[in-house]
Amino acid sequence: MAEEDDRVCLVTGDLGFGVVEPFATQFPSQFVNAGVAEQNMTGIAAGMALCGKIVFTYSIANFPTLRCLEQIRNDVCYHGANVKIVSVGAGLAYGALGSSHHATEDIAVMRALPEMTVVAAGDPIETEMATRALAAREGAAYLRLGRSGEPVVHSRSVDFQVGKAIRVADGDDVTLITTGTMLHATVQAARQLAQEGIAARIISMHTIKPLDTDALYEAARETRAIITVEEHSIVGGLGSAVAEVLAENLECHVHFKRMGLPSTFTAVGSREFLAKFYSLSVEGIVESAMQLLERADARDDSQSVAATIAAGA
Amino acid sequence: MAADFTQATLTNRDLAVFARTIRIATARMIHRAKSSHIGSCFSMIDLLAVLYGRILRVDAQRPAWPGRDRFILSKGHACAALDAVLAEKGFFPKSWLDTFYQDGSALGGHAMHSVPGVEVSTGSLGHGLSLGCGMALVAKRESQQWRVFTLLSDGECDEGSVWEAVLFAGHQQLENLVVIVDHNKIQSLGRTSEILNLHPLAKKWRACRWAVREIDGHNLEEIESVLSLVPFERGHPSCVIAHTVKGKGVSFMENKVLWHYRSPDDEELRAALAELSAVS
Repeated sequence: MAEEDDRVCLVTGDLGFGVVEPFATQFPSQFVNAGVAEQNMTGIAAGMALCGKIVFTYSIANFPTLRCLEQIRNDVCYHGANVKIVSVGAGLAYGALGSSHHATEDIAVMRALPEMTVVAAGDPIETEMATRALAAREGAAYLRLGRSGEPVVHSRSVDFQVGKAIRVADGDDVTLITTGTMLHATVQAARQLAQEGIAARIISMHTIKPLDTDALYEAARETRAIITVEEHSIVGGLGSAVAEVLAENLECHVHFKRMGLPSTFTAVGSREFLAKFYSLSVEGIVESAMQLLERADARDDSQSVAATIAAGA
Repeated sequence: MAADFTQATLTNRDLAVFARTIRIATARMIHRAKSSHIGSCFSMIDLLAVLYGRILRVDAQRPAWPGRDRFILSKGHACAALDAVLAEKGFFPKSWLDTFYQDGSALGGHAMHSVPGVEVSTGSLGHGLSLGCGMALVAKRESQQWRVFTLLSDGECDEGSVWEAVLFAGHQQLENLVVIVDHNKIQSLGRTSEILNLHPLAKKWRACRWAVREIDGHNLEEIESVLSLVPFERGHPSCVIAHTVKGKGVSFMENKVLWHYRSPDDEELRAALAELSAVS
C-alpha cells in the first residue's frame, strides 16, 4: 500500500519489534517512530493527515486508544482527520502479561466517538481487506487486530465491505454474531452444533460502527435466537451495539444473549486459559447456544399453552 | 473612521493601532458574552498583532491556500482575540464578532477549525504542539517553504503531552516549527510559580534541543525582530518565551488571577475601553 500510494504513512509508538522494521527501511519518508508517547503519536498523525497524508498509528493493547483517547477525539475525529488507529493484541491476546495489556473496553470506547469507524478483523483475510478498505475510506477509523497467527477462515474471494457483515454460514435455528478474534471459535462451535442438529447462522460483524442493521433484522426475522460473541467486555461492545438495535425495533422478537468478558480484571493466565474460564471457547459457545434454544423452546411452548387457554376461555 | 488592517503587512504605526483595536474588540466580545479568559487574551494580543501584521504568510481570501504558514492557537481558551484578529484581517465579516459565544453562533468559546482562518480546533490544553509537529514533519520531508507557529500558554506546559511533543520536535530537528510561550505567569487558580513551578523554563526547552529566545511579549519591535529570525539555529526548532502580563492594557486587570475567569460588567467595560482608547 505504501508503495502504491506515497500518502500512506505509518506512525508507531515504539512498538512492533520485527514487524515495522522492514517498512521503516523500505519507506523511511513514510515512517515515524514517535517514541513511547502515544498522545504525541496521535497528535502528530492528525497533523500529518491534515496535510494530506493517510496515516496509520500503530501500537498494542490499550496504548493507541485509551492512553490517548482525547487526542483521538479532539485531534482526529473532530477534524475528520484521515487517521487509522491500529491496535494489535485484542482482548486477552497478551494473556499472562496481565490486565494492563488486555484491550477489553476499546470497542466500547472507540464506538462512542463521533465520526469514528470501528472494525475488528477476524482472520488474516479480513485484516488485509480491512486495512485496504479503511485506507481507501476518508476519515477516522479504528482497526482492532489479534496477535497474529489467527487461522484463516475466509477465502480470498470473500466480499469485504466496511459496514457490511459477512454471512459465513447459513442456518435458521440460531444466529451467532461475532467480531474479530472470536471468529474461528464461532465457526468451530457452529460445526459442533450442526452435529447436534442445530443449524447456526454465522455472521462476521467485522464492522461494529457503522453497524449492519439489515443483517440483524434478517437474523431476528429468520432465526429464533441471536448470540453475540466477542473477546471484549460485555459492556458497550458488539453485544451492546446489537442489543440497542434489537431493543428499539418492535418487530425483533428474538431470544438474545451476549457472550463476552465480565466487567472485571482478570487473573493470571494464557489467553486459552482465560478465554475458557470466561466461556469464550468453542464449548462455551455451543453450551450457550443450546441453553438459549432450550429456554426459547420452553418459553415458546408456555406462550402457546397460554394462548390456547386464552382462546378457550 | 475604522482603520483597514486587511493588507498583508502593516506599518509600525498601524501595528500598535491594530493591537489596540483587537483589545477593544475582545473586551466588547467577552463583556457581551459574559465569557471568560480576557486576561489570557490580553497577554497575547501583541504577539498576535505582530504575527498577523508582519510575520505569517496567510491570505484571508484563500484561507486553505496550501502554501500558507500554519498558526495554531494551542491555548484555545483565548480564541476571542484570535477571532477579532481574523475578522479585522478579513477572513470573515466583523459582524460575526457580535455573536461570539451566543446560541447558534459560528464563534464558540474555544478555537474551532470551522471558523475561516482557524487552523485547528483546540481548547483542551496540550494538543496544539503535537498537531504542529505532524504538520512541520510533512513540510520538512516535502521541502515545503511554509512554517508552523504554535502559541502555548505557560499553564499549558503543565501537560505531559507538551513535553512529548517538545522531545519529538527537537529529535526530528523541525527547524520549520516555532513555539511561542505566552509566559504571563498566572494560570486558573494562581501563579504558575506556586501551582506547578516551570522555572527554569528556557533551560527545559534548551535541554530538549530547542533554540530559545526570551523577549518582552508586549514590545512590538522586539517581537517582530525575534520572529523574523526564525529558525534561530540550523537543525533546531525555535522557542520564543514571551514574558507577558496577564490582562495587559487595562490597569485593573493586569497581573490578577481574577481576570482569568472574570467577565467585565458594564462599568468595568467602560473603564477598560476608556483606558484602551486613551493610549495613543
